[in-house]
Amino acid sequence: MTKIIIAILALVLAPIAGALISGVDRRVTAWLQSRYGPPILQPFYDVLKLLGKEPMVTNTWQALCAYVYVVGAALSVVLLFTGSDLLLIFFVLTVGAVFLVMGALASPSPYSQIGGQRELLQMLAYEPLLILVFAAIAMVTGSFKVSAVFELSRPMLYDIPLMFIVLGYALTIKLRKSPFDISACHHAHQELVRGVYTEYSGPYLAMIEIAHWYEVILVLGLCGLFWSTSVVGMIVLVVLTYLAEIIVDNVTARLTWRWMLKSAVGMGVVLTIINMLWLYAQ
Amino acid sequence: MLGNMINKGRIKSPWVVHFDCGSCNGCDIEVLACLTPIYDIERFGIINVGNPKHADVLLVTGTVNQRNKHVLKNIYDQMPGPKAVIAIGACGCSGGVFREAYNVVGGVDQVIPVDVYVPGCPARPEAIIDGVVAALEKVKTLLGMTA
Repeated sequence: MTKIIIAILALVLAPIAGALISGVDRRVTAWLQSRYGPPILQPFYDVLKLLGKEPMVTNTWQALCAYVYVVGAALSVVLLFTGSDLLLIFFVLTVGAVFLVMGALASPSPYSQIGGQRELLQMLAYEPLLILVFAAIAMVTGSFKVSAVFELSRPMLYDIPLMFIVLGYALTIKLRKSPFDISACHHAHQELVRGVYTEYSGPYLAMIEIAHWYEVILVLGLCGLFWSTSVVGMIVLVVLTYLAEIIVDNVTARLTWRWMLKSAVGMGVVLTIINMLWLYAQ
Repeated sequence: MLGNMINKGRIKSPWVVHFDCGSCNGCDIEVLACLTPIYDIERFGIINVGNPKHADVLLVTGTVNQRNKHVLKNIYDQMPGPKAVIAIGACGCSGGVFREAYNVVGGVDQVIPVDVYVPGCPARPEAIIDGVVAALEKVKTLLGMTA
């Protein structure tokens, strides 16, 4: 029964929290660029407006893909907060992401096609990192269950600090933040006019935006797991990680996909090997 | 209630797409100047998007001619409603000094319906921001909103 209540709470509160975080993100970014910036509630206004627009699709497959993406993201958040299996969360998340790519590839527009290909490359970069992080968590806790993390007597960060950096890498790619915003970017200069989102408009774009809020909460929740012993520690860790993300977003230029793949997978594998050897030596 | 919230969103987040019908680039630079930290139109929720499918407001600069009027119409048709069009600069409003040329159609309103005209050669960024605000006022009256 408590699980059902937690699931419903996660389903309702996660997008609200995600939107507030994006609002704060835009405000902090504006502050770093010595601007005033939009109101904190701006993401809500954007999505409400998009929901009220005329629905336009190039084909019905796209609309289905947008719905599957939002369901996948929401389901993975629910699974995380009910203490489910990390691998299951990973697969559900991946199915959602694959449907986003399929929606982009369903249209013959070259922008959308290139955006879809680049999104696939981004997935190729962050998915192995996520699996490595999950494997490391399983090595520490002895189980893939999220609930097992909360039974630990000391924070995981002491045992697998390097894996936290690897997760940070995956987080930057998953949140589509610079230097990895190669598949979709909404900044003034747009080489791909938003790449993978090009062919989505109106309510379907709103769906994708809501799915993105869920994903923000999911990845930040995964970061929070690294300090599972105290609520304050969790919040401090998540806030610091997100601030670091915003600063990295603002001080770096975009990488090419080759650089992204090389640096993400290379760094991830090296750090994982060092951390795993250290775990064994302990 | 949801309708009210959606209307509030419409007022608070006008995403603009910018199309240059072949001007001297003066008005385009002024449009882009609105995005810089000096004017910072993002504080009103305005984002410059590169994609007509995501946009609510179409900013048109430059003289419309027989060649690019099809492109302009196409971009306008790709925008999902509700949408607004703002013609910027003397050329966008009427054709400007090129009005009498054989290949020039005239103002933007010869091709698509225009909601707000922003005169000037080039139009100042303040005037462009005023133009977007005027378009929003028009939207407000259409939606029957008071505040």
